[in-house]
Amino acid sequence: MPETIDQIFVIVKHWLLGYVPVEVQPLFSALLSVVPILVVFPLLFAITTLLERKGLGRIQNRYGPNRTGPYGLLQPIADAVKSLTKEDVVPNTADEVVHFLAPLLLVSAALLAYAVLPVGRNMIVANLNAGVLFFFAVGSLVELAVFMAGWSSRNKYSLLGAMRAIAQMISYEVPLVLASIVVIMAAGSLSTVAIVKAQAGYAGIWPHWFVFTPWGFAGFVLFMIAATAESNRSPFDLPEGESEIIAGYYIEYSGFKFALFFLGEYLGMFATSGMAITLFLGGWAAPFSFLTWVPSYFWFFSKLLVLIAGFIWVRGTLPRLRMDQLMNFAWRFMLPMALLNIFIAGVWHFMPAGLSRWLVCIILVAAPCILLSRGLKKEKKLQVRTYRFAE
Amino acid sequence: MFGEGLLKGMAETARNFLGSYVSKDRLTTVQFPEERVAPIEASRNFPFLVYDGKDWQQGMRCVSCLICEKECPPKCIFIEKSTDKKPDATGKPQFYPAVFNIDVSVCMSCQICVEVCPFDAIKMDVAFELSTDNRFDDLLWDKQRLAKSNEYYGKIHPTEAAAVDAQLAEGRAKLEAKSKVTTEAKAVGAAVPSAQTVSGATE
Repeated sequence: MPETIDQIFVIVKHWLLGYVPVEVQPLFSALLSVVPILVVFPLLFAITTLLERKGLGRIQNRYGPNRTGPYGLLQPIADAVKSLTKEDVVPNTADEVVHFLAPLLLVSAALLAYAVLPVGRNMIVANLNAGVLFFFAVGSLVELAVFMAGWSSRNKYSLLGAMRAIAQMISYEVPLVLASIVVIMAAGSLSTVAIVKAQAGYAGIWPHWFVFTPWGFAGFVLFMIAATAESNRSPFDLPEGESEIIAGYYIEYSGFKFALFFLGEYLGMFATSGMAITLFLGGWAAPFSFLTWVPSYFWFFSKLLVLIAGFIWVRGTLPRLRMDQLMNFAWRFMLPMALLNIFIAGVWHFMPAGLSRWLVCIILVAAPCILLSRGLKKEKKLQVRTYRFAE
Repeated sequence: MFGEGLLKGMAETARNFLGSYVSKDRLTTVQFPEERVAPIEASRNFPFLVYDGKDWQQGMRCVSCLICEKECPPKCIFIEKSTDKKPDATGKPQFYPAVFNIDVSVCMSCQICVEVCPFDAIKMDVAFELSTDNRFDDLLWDKQRLAKSNEYYGKIHPTEAAAVDAQLAEGRAKLEAKSKVTTEAKAVGAAVPSAQTVSGATE
């Protein structure tokens, strides 16, 4: 019975496929895989906007939205209606085609990444041999969309905002990919399904997730920090930076195109969180061996919600970084740590299992982390600022 | 150490998050249309015209001297002075504003009109829900809409209103005493010249 519930969507899909002629079955099968993703994740976006506003409100000792519907539950619908009915303003001098295509490309790039995410046992759109590679390749399409938006607006602010956004996204893409390499090394495969399988199994009641190893933990933390920066979320939300540059690259977008940018941003966040779950948190596997009867998709989505809650928590806590802090952090802390982590994963692989390998690897992670952060801190000497023109 | 400050901050926000569900007095929100905070006496928003007594038209203190119109920085006051005089609340014949309009959308709540008014006829209101669904009609307030009683003024700015009332009462008392003196002097004056003429006649 638990197996039936676990595989209910797969069974339903096969049952539905039985009703269509054999010639169109591949097409229909693809459709049946894609449509649920197009429904579930945008819906999750709507729910997240509400939960985020409520959570941020509570963090600031406010109620958050509570006017529209019972407990403010209809707020996403109100937001959608508002953004749909707003006037769509396009600048006179804008490159209309590119201006129109940018938000679409952003959203479709974010949606493409879901193709290789296993959201449950046997629940994946395309089980590619190079799934992780595909994921990062598609993820970098977002940069192109951002630059299209900034450039086609024919506005210096949006162009500068786009350049700034791209500088950040490219900088953080490097540690993001390097942080995930350790998992590929350990699992010996680029396929997301194989990576989840490599983490299956339990020691006692504890799962064999990569996050429970020194290099896996470091990799997970680095991956999540880079994912936060990749999806332009606080404290790395410089590209939009409302208080400094109004809205960065999408300053000239209004109405539903603006909403599409937000949708793309959140879809990207869900996708990278899903990838973090797949790489480090055992994918759809249960956290304890006695909970394996709970459906796999339930575990995937609860892990996703926990990570999103973490994102919201961080957003409610940390102030925005400065551009130089952001770049220093990426190139002088994240990158060396990510490179070192690959070495540590290698050490872990070649040392015999036991306490000594744990000890060595923990020291290898912690010591550089402390030394690096101390060293970077020492360089930052406060000095009296002189304002040449303001005095 | 690295990250200690981050963890401290995260703990603080977590405490806020959980605490706001446990203790109600953490929440500072006032759920506005249903709940309201008590009005602050010093707050001010938009001018109104004070009238004494019951009738807003007769009791209006404004004598359309046009000072506020001239002083208004964004020029949002429009006054048309009357050609005739009408008795005010005290019965004294005065000019009155035939038209007195203020444009809500232009007013910047600077209170200069109140400060320059020599008759304490214009004061600042505390009402702040001035929004309207009609962009062109409901934003130009006429004389009748602007008129509010002295009692209302006493209610929203008690201290200020008491001082104004005392000053006005003092002024009226002085005026009355003066007029009494002048009427007496007139009476005396009426008597003296006749005596002079009498004495002059005798000399």
